[in-house]
Amino acid sequence: MTEPVVDMRGISVEFPGVKALQEVDFRLFPGEVHALMGENGAGKSTLIKALTGVHPLAAGEIRYAGESVSFGGPAQAQAAGISTVYQEVNLCVNLTVAENILLGREPRKFGRIDGKAMRARAAELLARIGLHIDPGSVLESHPIAVQQLVAIARAVAVDARVLVLDEPTSSLDADEVAELFRIIRVLRDEGVAVLFVSHFLEQVYEISDRMTVLRNGRLVGEYATATFSRIDLVSAMLGREMGVLEEIERRSGTPGDPLLVAEGLGRKGSVAPFDLEIRSGEVVGLAGLLGSGRTEVARLLFGADKADSGRVLVDGKPVHLRGPRSAIEVGVAFCSEDRKAEGVVADLTVRDNLILAMQAARGWARPVPRKLADELVAKYMEMLDIRPANPEAIVGNLSGGNQQKVLLARWLVTEPKLLILDEPTRGIDVGAKAQIQKLVADLATEGMAVLFISAELEEVVRIADRVVVMRDRQKVAELDGEVGVDDVMALIAGGGDVNEIEAVAS
Amino acid sequence: MTPPAKPAGTSGGFGQVVSKVPSRFLPVIATFVVFVATFGVGSARYEGFASGQVMANLFIDNAFLIVLAVGMTFVILTGGIDLSVGSVVALSTMIAAAALQAGWPAWLVVIVVLAAGSGLGLAMGWVIHRFGVQPFIVTLAGMFLARGLCFVISVESVSIKNPTFRDLATGSIELPGGVTITYGVVIALVVVIAAMYVLHLTRFGRTVYAVGGSESSARLMGLSTTRVKIGVYVISGFCSALGGLLFSLYMLSGYSLHAVGMELDAIAAVVVGGSLLSGGVGFVIGSVVGVLVLGTIQTLISFEGTLSSWWTKIVIGALLLAFIALQRIIVRKT
Repeated sequence: MTEPVVDMRGISVEFPGVKALQEVDFRLFPGEVHALMGENGAGKSTLIKALTGVHPLAAGEIRYAGESVSFGGPAQAQAAGISTVYQEVNLCVNLTVAENILLGREPRKFGRIDGKAMRARAAELLARIGLHIDPGSVLESHPIAVQQLVAIARAVAVDARVLVLDEPTSSLDADEVAELFRIIRVLRDEGVAVLFVSHFLEQVYEISDRMTVLRNGRLVGEYATATFSRIDLVSAMLGREMGVLEEIERRSGTPGDPLLVAEGLGRKGSVAPFDLEIRSGEVVGLAGLLGSGRTEVARLLFGADKADSGRVLVDGKPVHLRGPRSAIEVGVAFCSEDRKAEGVVADLTVRDNLILAMQAARGWARPVPRKLADELVAKYMEMLDIRPANPEAIVGNLSGGNQQKVLLARWLVTEPKLLILDEPTRGIDVGAKAQIQKLVADLATEGMAVLFISAELEEVVRIADRVVVMRDRQKVAELDGEVGVDDVMALIAGGGDVNEIEAVAS
Repeated sequence: MTPPAKPAGTSGGFGQVVSKVPSRFLPVIATFVVFVATFGVGSARYEGFASGQVMANLFIDNAFLIVLAVGMTFVILTGGIDLSVGSVVALSTMIAAAALQAGWPAWLVVIVVLAAGSGLGLAMGWVIHRFGVQPFIVTLAGMFLARGLCFVISVESVSIKNPTFRDLATGSIELPGGVTITYGVVIALVVVIAAMYVLHLTRFGRTVYAVGGSESSARLMGLSTTRVKIGVYVISGFCSALGGLLFSLYMLSGYSLHAVGMELDAIAAVVVGGSLLSGGVGFVIGSVVGVLVLGTIQTLISFEGTLSSWWTKIVIGALLLAFIALQRIIVRKT
């Protein structure tokens, strides 16, 4: 075997109160796609950031191309040939596409930026990854999936020896993923070492040659993908036997009275008027593609967007939803998909985040007694298995999955009657996913109504009593009883007569 | 789940015209329309308003403010703010007047003043970056410091009698059509052109926009954010010192109480010119038009004759509010 291009030995990284990585070894060879696997909080992102110099090492050594290195930051790592595409799109949306791809290495003529050459070069790079957009357009005007591909175009624009892709596929659709994989293979054949992080096992098996598994900040092992079965992988990641996901199979008994009824609710340019009924003790799934109107429905029900037609009844009484406050008053909670911007307060501790919600629910005049607060915080941290189990940990330092759990706990503290979850499992690992699904099932059994939005059809079908399908900003069907993934898929894909498919499905 | 980008301006009429212009230019265009409108009102109401010389006077009377606004634009584009510029103008007039009185040659005075302004900017930028302090607080400290230093030099007004400065101040350039401008105007315009070049055609300038758009992204993209974050305060300090020199030419004196509150005029001009205080969006040319709008209002009021000059402040205040509201509407529509 050739020499590894990246060789990390005995890497340890510590944050205040958290041992993020402990003595992890990691090797990356030229011309391979190497998957880095692990649950949320396993230390994948930390390992990547240790490599690119974002986090200082507490112990260990990084060898790059045979030499011991210590990068001062991503700029140095990039200059040395290690390019990174991060989980969240890290570009400047106020600049043009061309600038975002080439900023920092733009073509220059006599010291000034050559705008024409830059746009031409950007167009070339975009063409290489099969993206046909105007390089002169402002990045903001493109959807997130396109922004992600622009980030990848930026990463391949340098002659990188190592390309790190930290969950690049979480916001891409199937075609875009296929396109990305094609690019990855081209780069791999050119001898680039690709480090790939994804939560989609199928993608990992499709693209990777070898994989390294981390768990709780420690190395589990390094395996060849071809000889490592999925069951083995999942149990290596979870450290427990497979079968968690199967347990959640549930069909609740008898849903109660209609809790929330929407009649002809709609908003111009957002969602066409729809009817929806959610009973207490029932999980309603909302399925559809990106941009089909899933989130818009949730935002209307929560009052985050103002409806311009129809009305909402809660417990049989019409409610005027002027804003989220009035929705919260009648017992509606909304976990946004964008937990970074609309959910948790990243600079506060887990405890403070939970107490914030508690205080808001009680009103300002009734302080939360310390004892009650401690009890509740302990209860929800245990119930949701938030790790590390330290109420004083800063939320911003937690992994994505655990941040999601904190967000969920924040809403549960207010004891809502209807919980709207928008992509609660996006970008989080199998274990946390299973926990959240199980929690949703338990909550419904206790009588809470849940509106569950997810891009993963299997998840929706497994967990929901009823599935509402959205397409092109319209509600196209509502499926009761035993629903198959294929039925939903057919509806989402559209084409056929809706009533016909509905008849087949029920 | 981002909604797919809507094609801008699908409705007919005005929407179609607007859709041809990228939305980022709209605030600047709006400012320009307001400028033309206020100038038009003046031309309609007063005889002799719509003359080339009134236009030239706008530049002559506001040359220093244009220079200040250019420096402020750099800072605001990164999402920062510089409150020290007014005091630095006063300090610059004071250093210039005192040094000239002491018999220093004019060229040395110019260099010393520019170095002092840039140095103060460098110090403030370094503190902001090194200790992660809010620019508001650091430049507030710089504002007090510079104003205080003025009084250390002299509490009295010091008049400038240096012949080179006198010649520069009184000298004028005749343009076709009998319109005259001062050397200060030429310097201000050179600054504007240089700033546009730097902001749009150099890596430093584009990084200024990138830092304003998302500092963490800019850092992850491997851009030299440190240099830019400190650099914009150096530029602003330099522009303040240069503005101070122009102001000393305009007043032919140095005085500790010159340019009180001028930092706010500069910020107002930048905001009226369409820059967002949160950073990342704005143009130097917008700030220049912003200064011209403020200047036109002042001219209007002096033509009116019976109105007190305080009306300038009232109109500027109303205009600022209107502009911020207008920007929000434009941003939401597109």
